[in-house]
Parts: sequence; C-alpha cells; structure tokens
Amino acid sequence: MISDLNQDSHGPDAVTPPLAAAGPSTECNAIVARIVERHGRRASRLVPILQDVQAEYRYLPADVLSYVARALNVAPARVFGVATFYAHFAIKPKGRHLVRLCDGTACHVKDSVPILDAIRKKLGVDAKNPTSRDLLFTVETVACLGACGLAPVVVVDDQVYGGMTPDKGVALIDAIVAKEAAA
Amino acid sequence: MTTLVSPATKTLNIDGLDVAINGERNLLELIRKADIELPTFCYHSDLSVYGACRLCLVDIEGRGIQGACSTPPEPGLKVRTHTEEIREIRKITLELLLANHDQQCPTCLKSAACQLKAVARQLGVGQVRFKRVHEPRPLDLSSVALIRDPNKCILCGDCVRFCAEVQSVGAIDFAYRGHDAAVLPAFGDGIGAGECVNCGQCAAVCTTGALTPRPEIEPVWQALNDPTKFVVAQVAPAVRVAIGEEFGLEPGTATSGQMVAALKRLGFDRVYDTSFAADLTVIEEANEFLKRKARGEKLPQFTSCCPGWVKFAEQYFPDLLPNLSTCKSPQQMLGALCKEFLPGELGRERRDIVVVAIMPCTAKKFEAKRPELARDGSPDVDHVLTTQELARMIEEAGLRYRKLAPESYDMPMGFKTGAGVLFGNSGGVSEAVLRYAAEKISGEKLRSPDFHAVRGEDGMRLATIVIDGTVLKLAVVHGLKNARALADKVRKGKTDLDLIEVMACPGGCIGGAGQPVSRDRSVRQLRTRGIYDVDKNLDLHKSQENHFVTEIYSRHLGEIGGKKAHQLLHTHYVNRAVS
Ligand code: SF4
Ligand code: SF4
Ligand code: FES
Repeated sequence: MISDLNQDSHGPDAVTPPLAAAGPSTECNAIVARIVERHGRRASRLVPILQDVQAEYRYLPADVLSYVARALNVAPARVFGVATFYAHFAIKPKGRHLVRLCDGTACHVKDSVPILDAIRKKLGVDAKNPTSRDLLFTVETVACLGACGLAPVVVVDDQVYGGMTPDKGVALIDAIVAKEAAA
Repeated sequence: MTTLVSPATKTLNIDGLDVAINGERNLLELIRKADIELPTFCYHSDLSVYGACRLCLVDIEGRGIQGACSTPPEPGLKVRTHTEEIREIRKITLELLLANHDQQCPTCLKSAACQLKAVARQLGVGQVRFKRVHEPRPLDLSSVALIRDPNKCILCGDCVRFCAEVQSVGAIDFAYRGHDAAVLPAFGDGIGAGECVNCGQCAAVCTTGALTPRPEIEPVWQALNDPTKFVVAQVAPAVRVAIGEEFGLEPGTATSGQMVAALKRLGFDRVYDTSFAADLTVIEEANEFLKRKARGEKLPQFTSCCPGWVKFAEQYFPDLLPNLSTCKSPQQMLGALCKEFLPGELGRERRDIVVVAIMPCTAKKFEAKRPELARDGSPDVDHVLTTQELARMIEEAGLRYRKLAPESYDMPMGFKTGAGVLFGNSGGVSEAVLRYAAEKISGEKLRSPDFHAVRGEDGMRLATIVIDGTVLKLAVVHGLKNARALADKVRKGKTDLDLIEVMACPGGCIGGAGQPVSRDRSVRQLRTRGIYDVDKNLDLHKSQENHFVTEIYSRHLGEIGGKKAHQLLHTHYVNRAVS
C-alpha cells in the first residue's frame, strides 16, 4: 500500500477502490466509513480520523484500523505505527472508568507506589494489561498531573482525589463498583 | 595540499583533499567518492535520507558538527571526518546502539555480513559502557521466508523505507516510541500474517541480523543423509554469478562447475539447471503470448515467474490476474517434471524424491509452499535454499570451493540455452521470449539473438520491437513500486502494451535477497554482466534450440500448451484482495 501520509493519494489520477470494497459492510464499518468520509478520505487527516474513531469506540480496534488503512490507501503497518506513537490512542480496549495515578516526583516522594500497587492488586491488572477483565477499569500512571500540592493524587474519570492512601484508593474503587452494580 | 582537479571545477575540501562537486546529493556521497568509508547505518543510496543514526557526523569549519548524509555539498566547505571529538561521539553512538542489541554475534545468521559488527570493528569499539535496557523479545517465526529478531534491531529504518519506497508494500513500520519503539508489522502481528510479499529486500538492507532469510538447511542435510531419499538439486541462473562472492571471488564470476561439484560432494544425487525449465517457460509463455496477441485478449500479458510480484498482484490487482501468464515459474516447472518423471525412471515412489531448489530469492520459499503447487500434499519443490544457505552448507562441509574440480550438470534437465540463463537479469525473460517470438512470427532465423532494447538498469523501461510488420510493445520493470504504477495504468486502460515483465528485486533475480549481502550497486552491475557473459559463452542462445526441451515435448508432454503441458507447467492464482 502507498504509505505517504503527507501526500493524499486521491488525486485525479489515483486509482482507489470503492469504499465498499474496503471491507464487509457491517454496522461498525458504516460508522467508520462516515468518519472517514467526513474527513474527505484524506490520508493527511489520519490523526483526526483516529481521534474520532477512538471517541466512538474508546479504543482503536485492529479491524477498524485496517479498514481505515484501506479506505485511505495507507499501509496498515503505518496506521498502526501512528496509532501506537501517541499515548492518547489506545489499541487495547479501555475500561469504562479511567484511573490515573500520578507518579511524578512529588507523588513518588509521598509514597504513590503502594497506592498504585493496592489498586492494581484489587483489580487484577498490571502495567502490561492495565484493563480489568470486566472492562470496568483501566489503570494508568502519568508523569505529573499538575496537582503536586495535593500529592499523592489519584484521578478517576477527570475527578481529582488528593492525599490518597492505599486504603482510600481501594475505597474509591469499591464505591464505583457499588454504583455500577446499582445502576 | 593535494589537488586533483582543474581550477574551474567547484570543489570542497575533505581532510585536506580538494574534491570536485559533481551533482552529488549530499556530503556523504562525496566523502565516499573520495574513498573514505564513513560508517553509516541509516543511509542507503537507493532510499530517502533518514538522518537518525548520527554515525555520519563530520566537522565543517565554521559550522561545527553535522550529519554528512543530510548536508548538501557546497563549494568551499572544509570538512574533517575524524577529529578527536567525532571519533569520541561515534564510539559512544555505537556503544549506545550495541546496548540496544542482544550482541549474540557468534550464533547470528547475519554474522558474516553484519554492518553493526563491521562498524564496531572499524571504529575499534572495545567495550560497551551502557547496560542493556530491553527485556528479550520473542522471535517472529510467522513467515516461511523471513525471521524477524526484534532483539537485534537498531531502528535504522532501512527495511521500513525499502518496503515502502521501493516496493510500495509498507508491511513493516515504526511503532510505539521511546524505550518501546520498534519496527513491527501491522497490529503487532507476525510478518507472515500481513501484506509482506516475501521479497526479502528488507533483510537484504538490514544493517544487523534483525531480519534474515529463513533457513531450510537442516531438513536438506537430513534428506541428504537419509539413504531412502533421492535428492535432486536445481540451481537458478542468478546463483552461479554470485555464490563465488562468498568465497572471495569477484561478483559476476560464473562458477557453475565448482558449484555443481560442491553440490555433488554434499551428496545430491542429481544436479539440474533451473535454466532448463526457463527454456521450457519461454516456449510455453511465448506461445501463450502470441495466442493472446493474435486474439487481442488478456493483454498486456504480465510475466509470472517472480513470486514476489505474483503475491503483490494477488493482493492489490486481483482484477488483473487474468492478464498474468498462467505459466508456473521455472522453479516449479522443474519441480513438477522431477516429481512426475523421476519415480518412473528410477522405480521409486514420489515421496522418496526430494527436490531442493537453490535460489537467489526468499519469495521462492513461499512459492514452494503454495498448496496449488503440490500434489496430494506432497510439494513439487520440497525445500528452497538461498545462495547464502548453499554457501553456508559448503562451508560447513569444509569444502574448498575455489579448489574444486569443475563438474557438469546432469542431463537432460541440466541442459540449457543462453535464453534460459538470461532469466537472472531484469529484461532477461523479455529478451528470451523475443528470441523465440521473433523467429516464430517471421519464420526466419534471427541474425543476432541480442535485443539490447530491453536491457538496462532503469526500473521502468519501455521498448517497441517490430518484426515483419508486427509491432510488439514491451515494458520491463523491477521494484514493485514501479510495477504498481504500471499496473495502475493498465487498470485504467491507459497503456497499449503487449508484454510486461515484472521482477520485484532491484536488477531482477541477480539482486535477490537470497544472494550474498551487498549494499553496493556495482555488485549488481557485475552480476548482470556475468549473466550476459554466460549467455555469450554458451553455444545456443534460443530456447527453441534446446533439443532436450524439444524431446520432452515429443516424448512426454505432447503439444505446446496442450493438456499434459497445462497440467504440469501451468497454474492459477489466488485472489488475496486486501480487505
Ligand atoms: S520481504 Fe519485502 S514485502 Fe516483506 S516486509 Fe520485507 S521488504 Fe516488505
Ligand atoms: S530490522 Fe534491521 S533494517 Fe530494520 S530498523 Fe531494525 S536494524 Fe534497521
Ligand atoms: S547516515 Fe547520516 S544519520 Fe545515519
């Protein structure tokens, strides 16, 4: 496949398979097809396209990436490369709730590691597989959240919790699980 | 100060020597022209400039230290290539690269041809002061043609750029970043799972052993040491002009005699020449072509002997598959003939005949494993060894290659004309077909067999040949990006071509990824010349003059393009449209 992201391959001379030919027309492909069309099927718009796809699915599934590659006439390996380059993009499914722990200097000094360990243990996740099996939680570490005054900090779905301890962290998780169960 | 040039020429100064600027694209080319072997990893003359390895650093007076590969030559520059500071930076750079590499050199397949090792030695790096930062990662054994060992990758990106820029496949690319950065196939799958067409050129340019042709030496040794097996070798044209390089001979030196002798000493029961089957291919393919031409259908006809191109066409141009010649490649024709006729001749079972093809090519490994090229689960070609692998076996057996007394191929399938040998060069299939078609069309003998119009180095060549009022328009391409461009035009009905020869590798099979590793274009040129010389030195130059081929038709195959010929010598293709 043509791999030049800086050059849209849809000039007047380009031969492009009809979009339908780019994959079976499942419902999921219809959604992605709309996104790709909205960006004019331009390879140079790959990053915004991936952003929209991720907004839709919360991650970038492999079959969707390969559909996007085909539709834009870009090599799948290149699309995968871009998808893995930006930390913002996830190629594995993320949980419904994103738990982020600060491992910046301030939090580290204030013992953020035991909190991380406790939460991970509770959810049965680790650095390699950060998402719980029930797809409820994804646990990530970040370098600094800019809330050093509140160290150590845990952020759950954009809500910041300061002065954390391992027990308090686990309690946070328990509260969400209870809420999910009630819903 | 030494001056080698007239005052009118524009020059710059490299280590005290004035060097003329002559259209070089960058300082690095100029430095190498001045016979200074500046070490590099991420520079390859056939590819775009990447500028990442930082090994090509030079000191430019008034500007400081800069990368030579990404600096345009300007008159008056004063360049120094080995100041104390540069020596030190280079060594540190190399140590850093080595810290990212598993350093398992003695057991590496690339060991003898590794650029990383060579540069470490060139720079006299005696230690690595940095700790390894990567956990060992598993080998990628998903491909029948290649092995990917991520533990040896130094991220120079040469493979990525070759695959995208020359082949327009893009099967591998950079993924992740920082500490996790890696060269990977899409979605972290194995390289055998995706769009890779097995051309192996990524392995040919790889600066380390991170990408290597997948060896099949072990099963071949086993067959040779098994008294119940009858082991047949067939050797492709391009091998004979390159294998000598592994034993210190000049590229392009034809060593068929020593090669056959070596194969016999290794224990092969028969040694046949794939060129014999190439002669057969010419007869079948030229007749197929003339028939299509007369009927004006399925034109242009594409050649089908390059398995890299065939898979490429199956993936990206399934609508053009009817235009491919249905002829099997010479490797597969010879395999089919061996498996068909040897059991009868020898009074043995098909399963006792083992056909080993010695090829300049990694894609041939994939081709041999195509299910449509087997009968009852037994493949027509059992194993494919690259030129490199045969050299390794010869080395392991301790044979002194250059001292072997020459021996000859076995008859009848060791007999060939120059036309069959030309298959090793880009343009060779076209020329061989022309030598046949011209006599067939005109009914007269050719005065000279040579068609210089289809020879040359360019990746896309057009030629128009007029024979007795019949106009034949040909295109010869190598490199799959060129093939893509042309096939795109064919798809849109924008060509009036009759015949298109496609080879995936630069220069054709002589530049195959199974050949001895070289990064030097002149090596390819010498091998090309070697093939034309072999043709010159043979008595016969036209496939129709191969009396053993004539005989095989009269005794076994019947009519050209007939039923038996179709059964043994033709194939069909698989729609692998990427979806
Ligand atoms: S073998 Fe050829 S097609 Fe496959 S990854 Fe290497 S360069 Fe690309
Ligand atoms: S696989 Fe080889 S050529 Fe490719 S980036 Fe790694 S070291 Fe360089
Ligand atoms: S060769 Fe110049 S930076 Fe790699």
